[in-house]
Amino acid sequence: MSTTTTSTTAADETLSLRSQAAGARRSAAGLRVLKRSPLMTAGLIMIGLVVLCAVLAPFVGTRNPIQQNLALANRPPVWQPRGVADAPLGTDQFGRDVWSRIVYGAQISLAIGMAASLLGALVGVTAGLVAGFYGGKVDILVMRIVDLNLAFPLILLALAIAAILGPSLQNLVMVMALTTWMIYARVVRGVTLSLREREFVQAARAIGVSNARIMWRHILPNLLAPVMVLWTLELARVILMESALSFLGVGVPPPTPTWGRMLAEGRGLLTTAPWIATFPGIAITIMVLGVNFFGDGLRDLLDPRLRKQT
Amino acid sequence: MTAYVVQRLLLAVLVVFGVSIVTFFLTFLSGDPAVLMLPPDASAEQIARFRSEWGFDRPIIVQYGNFLWRALQGDMGTSLRHGTPALPLIAERLPATLQLTVTAMLLAVALAIPLGVISATQRGSPIDLLTMTVALVGQAVPNFWLSIMGILLFSVTLGWLPTSGRGSVLHIVMPAGVLAIGLMALLTRLARSTMLEVLSEDYVRTARAKGLREWVVLSRHALRNALIPLVTVIGLQFGYILGGAVVIETVFTWPGVGLFTIQAISNRDYPVVQASVLILSSAVVLINLLVDLLYGVLDPRIRVQA
Repeated sequence: MSTTTTSTTAADETLSLRSQAAGARRSAAGLRVLKRSPLMTAGLIMIGLVVLCAVLAPFVGTRNPIQQNLALANRPPVWQPRGVADAPLGTDQFGRDVWSRIVYGAQISLAIGMAASLLGALVGVTAGLVAGFYGGKVDILVMRIVDLNLAFPLILLALAIAAILGPSLQNLVMVMALTTWMIYARVVRGVTLSLREREFVQAARAIGVSNARIMWRHILPNLLAPVMVLWTLELARVILMESALSFLGVGVPPPTPTWGRMLAEGRGLLTTAPWIATFPGIAITIMVLGVNFFGDGLRDLLDPRLRKQT
Repeated sequence: MTAYVVQRLLLAVLVVFGVSIVTFFLTFLSGDPAVLMLPPDASAEQIARFRSEWGFDRPIIVQYGNFLWRALQGDMGTSLRHGTPALPLIAERLPATLQLTVTAMLLAVALAIPLGVISATQRGSPIDLLTMTVALVGQAVPNFWLSIMGILLFSVTLGWLPTSGRGSVLHIVMPAGVLAIGLMALLTRLARSTMLEVLSEDYVRTARAKGLREWVVLSRHALRNALIPLVTVIGLQFGYILGGAVVIETVFTWPGVGLFTIQAISNRDYPVVQASVLILSSAVVLINLLVDLLYGVLDPRIRVQA
């Protein structure tokens, strides 16, 4: 008991020394939130694991992910007979280490997922904000473009465009962003429509604040909560779609390891080397599940109305 | 209601028109469609001949006009690989894709609604927890991976189901099942939350207070109102299901439009890709139109607003 008190006091002292009381209050609130939402904690841990693997790939990976070694081809995971220690999840038909390829694949998945969902959010929020704020012809034009974009089966559109442009990291990010911006535009437009009639916006307008400044300083901050929730959901979807495109052969070109292509390559060897296709799928599931958990927790947190129901 | 229907119809026509513009310009994304469609080693002379033969040397507006005019007459160009008109090639594969997607959607709806209702009425019970966990995981698992794992288990290990192709009932079990899972997970969660919302409404309390049997309260008063948002989402998800079918058809070599399109993409057979994008997107627009109309029937408030 006394030790706890001492350590708490000690911690308090350090914090006050740093004189970052506000920051401390925020992080304490953050910790309380995590304690109350096991789902969010689980999500954060899963995301953290994948991010750590991606960032520390050169250290976590046991071998060079693209180095072939035919003498070690199609070795099973280490816990099976014939498994080798430096390829813990087995090797593929070229003797490349499945674990190391998964770890490096996480970099691609995360990079494309983050870049595309952020780009999509940027475009979508801007479009929705402008449409909702100005209304009229601008609104009609933006929303018709949204409708048009939504009419395409997105993966088919992404496939066609990626195939025509040629697969590269930048092209994939653009193609993915093209499949996600509309959702932001729709939601943001709706929220903006109701926000622009609120008193604080009317007041700002009355004292002569410019439109750009009203959107930036008064409306945008109020959009953060829904946009963040949406962003987590879309991040999960974009990661899934990237792996699907990669699986279908229009992902980042070889020899870069991607989860989707690993699965595609392992597909033909299901009977002899099932581990090649199995583990990348588990990696995708962990990542997407983590993001979904986090997003669900975030939504419960930011929207108390929903929290009551579930 | 007539005004509402007319308004929706016009909007749908407008969107299809937009779809045709995007589809047309798809091949211009890389700069020159002639270069895109010919093999990489084509000579300058071959490219020039191809260009004048297919009208790529005319002004772009004229080209689009021709494209649209021919498309309206059912001519979507000729498959570069098969040498026959592209549209019939798509059309003859459409039934397989529709069979797959409709089966998957029916499967998802048939399972999701009862599961969601049970979860909502027994909130917090082990059944609820289990259903929600499965639903969460179901939304995160990539369907192509699940297909491969399914093949590993049901075809390779147990030998119960065929790995590919179309024919008997057994052939559709795995593709439709896998395709249904994502939608089912989504609908189960949605059905649960809308049911929870509806169950706390005054009219449900009134129904209970009248002494109606719980079954009647659930089916007549609660579920009927919870169905409205579900119908919209089911409609909106049709596009996703069609997209998912492209992937699933490839895994199971299901002879539908999706598999054919993937093959066309790898063969650089762009007239077929264009035809497929145009047809599938128009199908999505059509389904959304039907859902909008159905929505108007289900919820009279929508009609009045329009």
